[in-house]
Amino acid sequence: MAVLSETVRQKLTDLMPKYPTKQALTLPALHMVQDELRCVPLEAIREIADLLDLSPAEVYDTMSFYQFFRDPQHPLGKHRLWICRSLACQLRGADDLIEYFTTKLGVHVTETTSDGKITLETAECIGACEGAPCVLVNDTHRLNVTPEVADQLIEELRG
Amino acid sequence: MPFEPVLTARIHKPNSHLLSTYRADGGYGAFAKAIYDMTPEQVVDLVKASGLRGRGGAGFPTGLKWSFLPKNHPGPIYMCINADESEPCTFNNRVLMEKDPHQVLEGIMISCYATRARVAYVYIRYEYGDAYRIMQAAIDELYNAKLLGQNIEGRGFDLDIVMHRGAAAYICGEETGLIESLEGKRAWPRIKPPFPAVEGVFRKPTVVNNVETVACVTHIVKHGAEWFKSMGVPPDPNNPRDAGSYGPKLYCISGHVNKPGLVELPLGVTARELLEVHGGGIWKGRKAKACIPGGISMGFMSESEFDTPLDFNGPGRVKCLGLGTAAVTYIDDETSMVDVLYNIARFFAHESCGQCTPCREGTGWMLKICERLQRGQGRQEDLDLLVDVADRIGIIPGTTICGLADGAGWPIKTAIRKFRAEFERAIQTGRRNIRPLQLVGAH
Repeated sequence: MAVLSETVRQKLTDLMPKYPTKQALTLPALHMVQDELRCVPLEAIREIADLLDLSPAEVYDTMSFYQFFRDPQHPLGKHRLWICRSLACQLRGADDLIEYFTTKLGVHVTETTSDGKITLETAECIGACEGAPCVLVNDTHRLNVTPEVADQLIEELRG
Repeated sequence: MPFEPVLTARIHKPNSHLLSTYRADGGYGAFAKAIYDMTPEQVVDLVKASGLRGRGGAGFPTGLKWSFLPKNHPGPIYMCINADESEPCTFNNRVLMEKDPHQVLEGIMISCYATRARVAYVYIRYEYGDAYRIMQAAIDELYNAKLLGQNIEGRGFDLDIVMHRGAAAYICGEETGLIESLEGKRAWPRIKPPFPAVEGVFRKPTVVNNVETVACVTHIVKHGAEWFKSMGVPPDPNNPRDAGSYGPKLYCISGHVNKPGLVELPLGVTARELLEVHGGGIWKGRKAKACIPGGISMGFMSESEFDTPLDFNGPGRVKCLGLGTAAVTYIDDETSMVDVLYNIARFFAHESCGQCTPCREGTGWMLKICERLQRGQGRQEDLDLLVDVADRIGIIPGTTICGLADGAGWPIKTAIRKFRAEFERAIQTGRRNIRPLQLVGAH
């Protein structure tokens, strides 16, 4: 049973003419797999390698470099919530915000809530310092996150 | 004469991201001028004459960078646009891509025409999801309008622009790290030479330019080199290596200010004016203690140094690494520099790519020492030890491949040089302010 869905395979094949090497599709492939499966299983790595004419070790090497990708022992929940902890946010209360989220969600940073809805992570600067402290919901910014905004956000993500 | 915004002129307009509004404002006129009236060499010469320097951090002259490409190369030549804006406290490129993507794309198109690149890869950090989608939609509009693809405007010019998403790694902002990542490998920076202009992505000649840099190219073609040079600061006669700081610049203001945000000004505004006139002063009625002139890699300026102009040459005069990304973060007088330095050391230890031992180990050691200071367990000799480690890692002492370690060392060196008394006091009083949270291993 193939782990890579037909949609992912088709999308990758469509992307191939845009790059002179197939290896360049490694990151797009890993993104597609993780978006779908919430982690990158070893079987997916093998299949990506087959599709891109690489050895699985090459794909694994790239994947493991970016701590962004999760192994099957640590899959992401439905949503990934990143709290920025870099300087501009820290100066405006990021530490309090991280504490607020960990308490409210009952998880440590990097863990997922028991309902599988939210994975909490800290991020290095997410580039929205004009709205510090800020968070990233999957890949969308949310600025000026007060405890009230945080509560609202948690409700949205759990809903 | 008051300064008229150039790069941010359109960002507050409704639907500023659409091709229709961009065209109504004269958009793609500069591109037409380039492909109809100018040869690629003329565009390169124009950009050289404008004195445009890269906005990504290093400030290398853009036209000069382009001219390093081999002459009469059979191709392909590639353009990589560095949209991996990961330097902490920096967000100018995000605003440009979200609010005026066509201005950036026009700059990319002109730059590709000038350098004879036929494919441009826009390497954008994963965290900029909205910017990614807006840029992709703008590119789709261009293909539909036949402004991208084969034989554009019947001028025999082919160009494809491809958006490529990163995966949350700071090192991908280093140009050869970016290239490796784009090729599908771990983002380990390459040993130079060969420089990307000779052998870059897919082992072909490559130009890597920052988003704001190419946006400037659009306006240089539109208004000319002299117009560009009418803004900013001429070369410092006392510094033979200074190539001048011309043109408009996006300054990101963040930290303890009343009005954090993005402001466009001619290069050379002082840190004080930026704070008081544009940042609304320090928050909560407090006073400033320090600022970081251009992303945390640049080191600290103390309040007494705030009259330094923020051009390519200014921050170096007060022993900062440089202008960097012109992202200025202000720190108020009730903030402990020990906490600030700990935060910065943690960032670099987390983001060191691990390729060069001095950086991988050095950033880790510096973090351990900063952590000790923060816990109130610092030792008197730790301060000199920190500086000693910081002095030995980086491309300046010649021990690493890329500049990440220089950026990691600079805040340490400037903090201890400029705020030594505060660090000594923290060591003597043994303050303990660790939060339980910091004991949790965050990855």
